[in-house]
Amino acid sequence: MGDTIKLIGAIMIFMGAFSLLVAAIGLLRMPDVYNRVQTGTKASTLGAIMAFVGVGLFKYESWGDGNWIGRVIILVLFILLTNPVSSHVLMRAAYFMKVPLSKMTKTDKLKEDLDNNVIKEPNHE
Amino acid sequence: MINPEMIVYAAIGIFMLAMLLAMVRFVKGPSVVDRVVAFDSLTITSLVLISIIAALTNRMIYFDVAIVYGLLSFIGVIVVAKYIQKGL
Repeated sequence: MGDTIKLIGAIMIFMGAFSLLVAAIGLLRMPDVYNRVQTGTKASTLGAIMAFVGVGLFKYESWGDGNWIGRVIILVLFILLTNPVSSHVLMRAAYFMKVPLSKMTKTDKLKEDLDNNVIKEPNHE
Repeated sequence: MINPEMIVYAAIGIFMLAMLLAMVRFVKGPSVVDRVVAFDSLTITSLVLISIIAALTNRMIYFDVAIVYGLLSFIGVIVVAKYIQKGL
């Protein structure tokens, strides 16, 4: 029973590693900044959460005292909360810094909203 | 029966390969934001590596290091974004 739980944890860590590798390949191959941060954030969040769940299963023999599993849950919640926020703030900064979009871009809703005065551009000091 | 630790060691190799690919983007990224994104990806990968090493060597203190490192990385990305948007 214990060996099976440990094996499942190891396989979860391996799947997380594969997802992080896919995120890194996407980071290399995507055409512009916005696509890069999309693949980098989504795939690496999934991979990191899978690997942390795998670590929590891997240490099944110390579930009783609650120290390991509590820290794993804190880390998973932390990554789940902070990773989308940081990538969103970074992309907003990149758009107003006027990093060029890719040639293949079809729609740009933020530009339409800026033209229609729905939102205003943040003033530079 | 497969030894579970062998699978974890193979996963560590894949993590190293992912860090290498993100490092290539970190070196040659055309804009500042590319570099920050690659740095964020590197941080998350090394966070996972630290926690795996903590599980393999059975030391709980490394997990606290991982938590504090994640917190500092988040604050760093927010500060860089604020800086390139309108100055500190």
